[in-house]
Order: sequence, then structure tokens, then C-alpha cells
Amino acid sequence: MSTAHTHEHHEAPKGLGRWVFSTNHKDIGTLYLLFSLLMFIVGGAMAMVIRLELFQPGLQFVHPEFFNQMTTMHALVMIFGAVMPAFVGLANWMIPLMIGAPDMALPRMNNWSFWILPFAFAMLLSTLFMDGGGPAGGWTLYPPLSLQSGNSFAFVIFAIHLMGISSIMGAINVIATILNMRAPGMTLLRMPLFVWTWLITAFLLIAVMPVLAGAVTMLLTDRFFDTSFFNAAGGGDPVMFQHIFWFFGHPEVYIMILPAFGIVSEIIPAFARKPLFGYASMVYASASIAFLSFIVWAHHMFTVGMPLGGELFFMYATMVIAVPTGVKVFNWVSTMWRGAMTFETPMLFALGFVVLFTIGGFSGLMLAIVPADFQYHDTYFVVAHFHYVLVTGAVFAIMAGAYYWLPKWTGHMYNEKLGKFHFWWSAIWVNVLFFPQHYLGLAGMPRRIPDYSVQFADFNMISSIGGFAFGVGQLLFVYIVIKTIRGGEKAEARSWEGAKGLEWTVPSPAPHHTFDTPPELDDSQLAHGGGH
Amino acid sequence: MSTPASDPNPSDRADTQQAANRRLIRRLLVVTVLMFGFGFALWPLYNVFCAITGLGGRTGQVTNEEANAQALVGDERWVTVTFDANVDVKLPWRFQPYEKTMQVKVGELTETHYLAVNTTDQSIVGQAVPSVAPGEASLYFNKTECFCFSEQVLEAQQSRDMPVRFIVDPELPHDINTLTLSYTFYLQGDATAELHQHDHEHHPHQNQDDASASHTGP
Repeated sequence: MSTAHTHEHHEAPKGLGRWVFSTNHKDIGTLYLLFSLLMFIVGGAMAMVIRLELFQPGLQFVHPEFFNQMTTMHALVMIFGAVMPAFVGLANWMIPLMIGAPDMALPRMNNWSFWILPFAFAMLLSTLFMDGGGPAGGWTLYPPLSLQSGNSFAFVIFAIHLMGISSIMGAINVIATILNMRAPGMTLLRMPLFVWTWLITAFLLIAVMPVLAGAVTMLLTDRFFDTSFFNAAGGGDPVMFQHIFWFFGHPEVYIMILPAFGIVSEIIPAFARKPLFGYASMVYASASIAFLSFIVWAHHMFTVGMPLGGELFFMYATMVIAVPTGVKVFNWVSTMWRGAMTFETPMLFALGFVVLFTIGGFSGLMLAIVPADFQYHDTYFVVAHFHYVLVTGAVFAIMAGAYYWLPKWTGHMYNEKLGKFHFWWSAIWVNVLFFPQHYLGLAGMPRRIPDYSVQFADFNMISSIGGFAFGVGQLLFVYIVIKTIRGGEKAEARSWEGAKGLEWTVPSPAPHHTFDTPPELDDSQLAHGGGH
Repeated sequence: MSTPASDPNPSDRADTQQAANRRLIRRLLVVTVLMFGFGFALWPLYNVFCAITGLGGRTGQVTNEEANAQALVGDERWVTVTFDANVDVKLPWRFQPYEKTMQVKVGELTETHYLAVNTTDQSIVGQAVPSVAPGEASLYFNKTECFCFSEQVLEAQQSRDMPVRFIVDPELPHDINTLTLSYTFYLQGDATAELHQHDHEHHPHQNQDDASASHTGP
């Protein structure tokens, strides 16, 4: 495998081949980000179908079976198609630039790990048009329900296998890049936090994606080859699937939030014009969150009938996660304390993240309380919780990162007025969309049901209105991105006054090849320079 | 962590970096494969864990002698046992307990009956899978006789009384006062097919439906 480019400088090749055969980390990063944006729109369209059906009680627009396919597909597309590829795209673009490396460590594998994804999602989405339809038993694929799916289920499982292979290859690449490709002097504790959180995320991916692959393989053999891993009639146990799945599933939750922590930890210091408060504690907090994520899985399944001791263990372990997460929130707030803050769009999204993600964190703590969870389990309260941490958490952080680095990627400044409008529109409507769902859940409305009793009608209508408005607002984001790619005010190398880090030492747009010779590190240029 | 980039010669640097990358990839791939295996290893681990803790709700089997031994140490303590019956959608049987709930003296062998009815015109083989809730109690719930110990064959339209003899261990924790014994009957597809094939061999002049109807049972 070719690693460091010591050969002569050349410009980007032209035409379609540039994208199909690319081994350039910037091109592949762009592909990942555009793919993620496309999937965000596809998954969003599915969410619109869900909110449309739930606009009023009764069955109005879609068949219940199709509704169930929409909830399942919306989750799979958003998790594996939108959020995860967006983070991998950001990693591809930014990690080499941030650590002064010429490219990713394994550029050809990089090409593979991206190009698997369009095929995986073509296969996943094509099940919607097959006999038996797409998966409809929820994205968690719990047996015995998921084992009653049609034959198209095999395609779903194969698609998940492909997504897993893509993620694992991406993760191996990130680890090899960070451990082997850093510029001289870029010690581990000088790395930007985005690099740190991605390093930890990559280890999580390698640890748990294979477990998911194992779990869905067992589903596959149970469904098609007469094994009985999860089939009680043959001596298996369906609850075991939930254990295996959440052993993957909980670290997966942190896979989707740790890089977001990293992005926000880059942006807040830049616009507060102060170094990040408590850099080392941020690193240790991320690592402890990653460790804890392996020992809390059963809090997703308190109601399966665990002994009291088990429930207490998983409850307390879950609550302990609030400590390192709290450290992070306090550090972000302390970074802003007495800073010379300005509120450009990336900063607005980062601040929105800090506030709204914290709300999602608190509802997570409520869910962690075993006696309360029996009431909340599988209600809209859970839906509200994970949308606060994933939409106003992960997605807001990705938006923040996109606005922050768009000038570096495209060489143009985006339209600040439109960006700010996009933020405020999103921040208001996302709360109209998801906040009422807390009340719906507390009142007992179950999730994944196309119809509901009339007492839930008002809050559902409010939530749906919020959903439509939030959804339309994201088309504005697409418009802003396309407009910025096409043109706009020229961006300087250091596009933001307070921005630090090696990525701002190269011109905007970043040339096709950067850091062919390792950069000289200058502490005043680094976000986290100097001793610790 | 070594920084390979500190090597002054660029081509050496590329070589050492490639070697380092290869080493790292190899290690990470090993981790990936091990974790894939770990997913499957969770299956036996889970079963062992459940057998020790009783979490799976599997009930135990004891001999009459063992049951009598438990009876000797039993004191005056009563618990409620409720009985539950389910039939998998693929099995066209009716299945229900005669008694929905019983007061049971701890440490005393107790007998109750379930009724199973084959509602079709074919003989069918079924297998009942028991489960006790709460899971912790399953460690203290043992049976000397149960229809779930073996496959059950019901002829066309046949109904059968099926006894369960069980004993609740006096060691049952004192915070457990109610136990639920639940059975789910599943179709044994292979055994049923075999049964019908068997019928054909013995009654070659009859069609399959007649064969099942006239079959006198094992």
C-alpha cells in the first residue's frame, strides 16, 4: 500500500475517474460528506412520512406496515448513512490536516471503505420495493419479530454487514493515520481534540462493529438456515439477542457523539478566543466515557426481567457516565468564561449543541433510573431523549463543523446571514418538534405505532408542525452548501480570526496535496500547544 | 508512541512508516476477528451465566428421592404459583392449564394438569418449553414429572391431560411470594413430517389423512 507521497506534486485528475478511483483524503472526505448529506435528506423524507401519519390520530396516509418500515429505515439510514459517514468524512478531511500528515495512512483502503457504502444503501433501500417490504421490526431487529420478516431480510443483513466492513476499514485507517503519520513534534497530548475523540471512536468501532456483524449473522442463520440462537423452540433465547445487540448498541451511541464532542471542542475555543479549558481532562473524560460505554448496555432492556442486583449495577454504571460528560460541559462553559466571544454560525451551532445536548443528557439520566424507566420504556420519552442527543447533539455538531470548515474545503465563505437564519430556524423548530414528545412519552404514548388515542392529538400535531418546519429548513442548508461550493467571498487561509491548528496554516481551499513535507510546529499556531 | 517521521531520510521514512502501518493493520484486524468471535462466544457464555443465575427462567428437574429430601426440611410456608400457557402460531393446538393459580406449600410435591387439544385432522408433534418468572425463582423450582421433558404427539382431534409434578425448594428467597410457570408449545416440524412418512410406510394403501386418523399412537 502506498503511504507517504514522496513523489512529485500533481494536481487533481479531472472527470468522474477523479472520484471513483480517488485515494486522496480530501476527495474521499468530500464524497463521504456529500453521501451523508444525501442520506440525511432520504432519512429526513422518511421522518416526514412518520410525522405526516402522526399529524392526527387514526390512519390517514400510509399503511401501518409501511409506517413500521419507515420508522425502521429512518433509523438505519440516519445512523449508518447520515451521522456515521459524516463523521468519517470530517475525519478524512481534517485529521491529516490537523496532525500535519500528507494523507491517510491507507489511501486505497480508504477508497474501498467509501465506495462500499453506496452499494450497501442501494441494497438496504431496495428492500422497500421487494415482496415483503423493507425491515419493519424496528432498527434494533429484535427477534422473534424480525425473524418473521420476508425474504428481503437477507438483503438488510447483508447491507448491515457491508456498512460494518466499511466502518471497520475506516476505523483502522484513522488509527493508523493518527498513530503513525503525525508530524514531528505532534505528540499525542498536543493533538487537537477532534483527533483525540476520533482515535477513541475508532477503537470503539473496531471493538463493537464485529459484534453487530455476529449478531445479525445469527439472525440470518436463524431465519434461513434453521439454527436456534434466538428461537426458544430450539433452545435459544430471544433476550440474548438484546444483550448482544446492546453490547454493540451502547458503544455505538458514543461512536455517534464522541466526534461531535471533538468538533465542539475545536469551535468553542476559536470563537471564544481562548484556549480550551482543561484539555487533558477532556481527553481523559472521552476515554472514560468510551470505557463506561461497555458496561451499561442492559439499561436499554431493564424491563426484560433482570434481577435487582443487575438493575442496580446498570443503573449506577449509567449514572456514572454523567460525571465525565459533566466535566466536558463544564470545560466548554469555562472556555467561554470571559472569552471575547463572537457568534458566527459555527459558534451558534456549537452553543446550541452544548445547551440542547445537555437537555438530552438529563433525560438520559431520567431513563437510567430503573423504577422510572419501567414507565418510560418504549414510549415517546425515549424518542425525545435520543433525538435530543442525536439531532441537536450529533447533527448540530456536524452542521457546526461543516460551517466551520466549509471555507477551508471550498475556499469561499458561506453566506453568514443565511447560515445564522438556518441556525435559528433549526434551533426553534427542533424544539417544537421534539420537546412535546417528552410529554407524550410521560403520558404513555408508545413508540413505533402509527395510530394513537385522542388524548395525544394536540402534542402530536405540534410535534408534526415542528417536524415539517425543521425538515424544510434543512433544504436551506443544502442550498447554502451548494452556493458556497459554487462561489462566494474568498476565504483566507485562517478563515476565522481565533481559529488555531495546523489546518489553518494551509491555503483555502486546501490544495490537493498538503504537508508533503512535514510542517514545523509552532506552539502559537496550535490550538493545544505548549506543555501540559 | 514512536514518531516515524523523525527519520531524516524521506525514503527511509516512507519504508519504516509502511512497516509500522502493516504491523498496526495486522493487530487491528486480529482484534476485529476476535470481536466477531466474541459475539458468537456470548451465546455459550450467556447460557452458562443463565444456568448459574437462573436468569433464563429455565426450570430444573429432580428425581422423586431428591424431592422427598427437600420435603423433609420444608417448614410451613406457602407461595402462589400461577400457570400460563402459550401456543406458537405455527402449531394448531389449543393448550391451557386446568388451574390458573394455586397455593403451594414450599417443599411439598404438588401436581397440576394442563390440557392440550389437537384441533386438526392430522397427527402433530409438539414440544413445550417452560419458563419461570421471576428468573431468580427458577433456581428453586424443580419438577419430577413434566410433559415438557419429551416431545408430545397428539393424534387428529385428540385431547390429552398432561400432568406436571413440581416442588418449590424451601431455600426460595423470602422476598419471592409469587411464581409464574409458563409453557409455550412449539411445532416440531421435522418430527411431524417423519411421523407422517412413517404412517405411509405402514399403510401404503391409504392416503395420508386416513393414515393419521387411523394411527393408534406409539
